[in-house]
Amino acid sequence: MCLAIPSKIIRIDGDMGTVDVDGVKRDVSLLMIEEPQLGDYVIVHAGFAIHKIDETVAKESLQILKETLAFVEKDDISN
Amino acid sequence: MSIKHAEEYRDRELSKSLIQKIHQNSHRPLRLMEVCGTHTVSIFKNGIRSILPETVSLLSGPGCPVCVTAQGEIDAFIELSREKNVIITTFGDLMRIPGSDSSLQKERANGRDIRIVYSAFDALEIARNHPDREVVFLGVGFETTAPTIAASVLSAQAMNLKNLSVISAHKQVVPALNALMQTREVRIDGFLLPGHVSVIIGAGAYRDFIRHHPIPCVITGFEPVDILSGIHMLVRQIDTGRNILENAYPRAVSETGNAKAKALLKTVFQSGDTVWRGIGSIPDSGLFFQQAFENFDAAKRFRISYRQTPEPRGCACGEILTGVKIPPDCALYKKTCTPLHPIGPCMVSSEGTCAAYYKYHGG
Ligand code: SF4
Repeated sequence: MCLAIPSKIIRIDGDMGTVDVDGVKRDVSLLMIEEPQLGDYVIVHAGFAIHKIDETVAKESLQILKETLAFVEKDDISN
Repeated sequence: MSIKHAEEYRDRELSKSLIQKIHQNSHRPLRLMEVCGTHTVSIFKNGIRSILPETVSLLSGPGCPVCVTAQGEIDAFIELSREKNVIITTFGDLMRIPGSDSSLQKERANGRDIRIVYSAFDALEIARNHPDREVVFLGVGFETTAPTIAASVLSAQAMNLKNLSVISAHKQVVPALNALMQTREVRIDGFLLPGHVSVIIGAGAYRDFIRHHPIPCVITGFEPVDILSGIHMLVRQIDTGRNILENAYPRAVSETGNAKAKALLKTVFQSGDTVWRGIGSIPDSGLFFQQAFENFDAAKRFRISYRQTPEPRGCACGEILTGVKIPPDCALYKKTCTPLHPIGPCMVSSEGTCAAYYKYHGG
């Protein structure tokens, strides 16, 4: 039921929209997200977009993860 | 084609360093439980069990929605499908779940009108197109699914649709975590908390739980790097003696969750006690209709009473859902119970632990 991969909004028509996930298109309700825009990446569950991915947070957290791993690695060598 | 927000989290190098870290930080046998069917599937599909140190055991908790649905509820669904003039609408994974003497699939083969839908809105559409029939939606799932049902009920109300009703067998995750911690046989050292339930309820929803039951908890997503960093955070917490809530899925989960979805839940549903397979009745873990929406309650409309029916004989689903057993511990596993002839829900659902074991550990 849970679609784990974020889908891209490619059409908006009122509360409804179409998303594309890796080439597969689906109609979804956009009722549960704030200000949907074309091109937004959303998480879809049972026909509803339930979350809009915040690009900045996504980039930052990946960066933090990479830095943490690099930091711990250096740390381990010095120990 | 690249899949944004997924591909980066499948990075082999990142995964490799996480696996290394997990190996370095795990010093004693640990039992970690994931409480989400989508995690279970991803863990098996990506072979995560096999790359972890032997000291780390991953257990699948009560996170597969149809698996935790009580036998009495399944029987009630089947009973409903036999009502005159009814069209049952349901997500596909309920179809083959064995009830005490039948399944929805068998009922459909016997001519009952049972239709698989992709969204609760589809049920609305069917009700609109069949004004002379009673359309019932079988509401099974957690806090991720329940708001979608609430939204559909509100739409039905706005359209003045009188022939749609819903059985609300929804369940809430946090009360189940509380119940697990209070069960004596259950031994868990840390929880991987569900990704998309947390999208809705927010990280804040777990804070009371962890205050009462200090235990390492990490919310995480579904790609290999998400799961591995979740496990890494748990292992580190255990290694350093901390019991905190961490969020390894910040691109999807905020502190407060999805306000619109939570408002939908609150408008339509209220909490009440409900029975979980393998665990029994858990206080305030169910979602039932608020009085103002009682006319949408299929249980009331069709006077359905839940009976406490026993689970299939010999089936260890209940113990598997609480991490007390793993599928090979069940005497029926691979012998009489297979995906083609499932005995319990854990072998039917694609998110069920027995089905995942069978598929990925070579049936
Ligand atoms: S193998 Fe079959 S019978 Fe055994 S616990 Fe799993 S679903 Fe139940």
